Amino acid sequence: MESRVYLDAAGRPPAHPAALRAGQAAREEGWADPRGLHTEGRRARLLLEGARESLAGSLGCRTEEVHLVPSHTAALHGAVLSVVRARRRVGARVVASAVERAAVHQAARFVAPDELLTVPVDARGRVDLDPWREAVTGPGVALAALQHANGEVGTVQPVSEAHGAARAAGVPLLVDGGASVGHLRPPQDWDLLTADPAGWGGLPGVGVLAVRSRTRTLPVWPEDEDVWAPGGVDVAAAFAAAVSLEAVLREQADEDRRRRLLVERLRSRVAHEVPDVDVVGDPDDRLPHVVTFSCLYVDGEALLGELDRLGFAVGSGSACTSSAQEPSHVLAAMGALTHGNVRIGLHRGTSEADVERFCDGLPDAVARVRRLSGAADL
Amino acid sequence: MSTVVDARGLACPLPVIRLATAARDLPDGSLVTVLWTDPAAAHDIPAWARMRGHHVVAAAAEGADEPDPAPGGRTTVRLGTQDGPAPAGADPS
Repeated sequence: MESRVYLDAAGRPPAHPAALRAGQAAREEGWADPRGLHTEGRRARLLLEGARESLAGSLGCRTEEVHLVPSHTAALHGAVLSVVRARRRVGARVVASAVERAAVHQAARFVAPDELLTVPVDARGRVDLDPWREAVTGPGVALAALQHANGEVGTVQPVSEAHGAARAAGVPLLVDGGASVGHLRPPQDWDLLTADPAGWGGLPGVGVLAVRSRTRTLPVWPEDEDVWAPGGVDVAAAFAAAVSLEAVLREQADEDRRRRLLVERLRSRVAHEVPDVDVVGDPDDRLPHVVTFSCLYVDGEALLGELDRLGFAVGSGSACTSSAQEPSHVLAAMGALTHGNVRIGLHRGTSEADVERFCDGLPDAVARVRRLSGAADL
Repeated sequence: MSTVVDARGLACPLPVIRLATAARDLPDGSLVTVLWTDPAAAHDIPAWARMRGHHVVAAAAEGADEPDPAPGGRTTVRLGTQDGPAPAGADPS
């Protein structure tokens, strides 16, 4: 039997070896409460402070601007809630692209149900800058939010232009780097930035929120010694995040070249060998590790099952594969086909042979699922 | 002449499969209206039309003002690659 091929690494690749080693070492060294006033506590505290310093270096900002939080979702929630509260005299409107992560949209609706203003995207998933400028210039805008790149379809957003427009309007910009940090050069045009260690091969259990010193925030949760993570964060996960990001950035040039070739190969073979397929996202200005396509007349859940049987683990944005039974808001906003969707995330262990084997097996898998739904000859 | 495909109660991708099955036997220029309740159909019928060279000439959500609506709507497609005049009030998106 052939070994399994894990291709669902868009959001969570297997842990990087450097993360596993650092996590293990930090668990042995830094097990004590970092708030303790003794040698053991100090050792844990030093690991946390070292992690923040290292993350700041990797992200290109100052150590005191970097905060560790329990997860990437917590980073997005904390950013939206605390900025909107600090700017409540201005208003509670949040301007966000239509393809932001659900956590951003949900946090904005949580603060004020009718104050989320979404800005449309083009067919490649890139935010339209004219309506963006108009939206951030409007009255009562507390915060603007734009991802660096979309984790579902890979398209890179015009963050510099969007930040320029927001800054001209005096509105802080939250940049969601959850899908991009560790895969693209970290963005520099932001007032708040989130990063997701689980997305670059760190250990789950920690998130990163960077806030420029000039940006005003006011927590909406009870006071705690650790403002951004009441009760503190997992020291080992934080240390592993910092060490693995350094490792990933060192490997980035080679990994980028290697994975972009695989992505091009996948996009081209899928488009040519699967009939009636919509390969989505920007073909060039994109993440180096994500490939997304939708197959006409295909039940996404059935296709995922068929591919799993053949040894391939892939993701999907189709309604029938999500617990919500709603199609991906990203695909919908792009006007892309939402059913029969397959999302592939390559990681550092993905080989050329894995990709070729997947491409070899895919056309028959799609044809089988179409035959089962009576859609073979449409 | 307009053909109606009742895909209410069907989950994705069945509404689009029923639409394509009906469209297979119809000449260019025909109008086909799909009634649907699956929310994916609102996005997938226009995407199908784009991929197949057809045109959405009308789309409407229904039941939004009812107390406990089965969310749904109707989407009308003109078959064929040539551009026909869209009826007034048509929303191609």
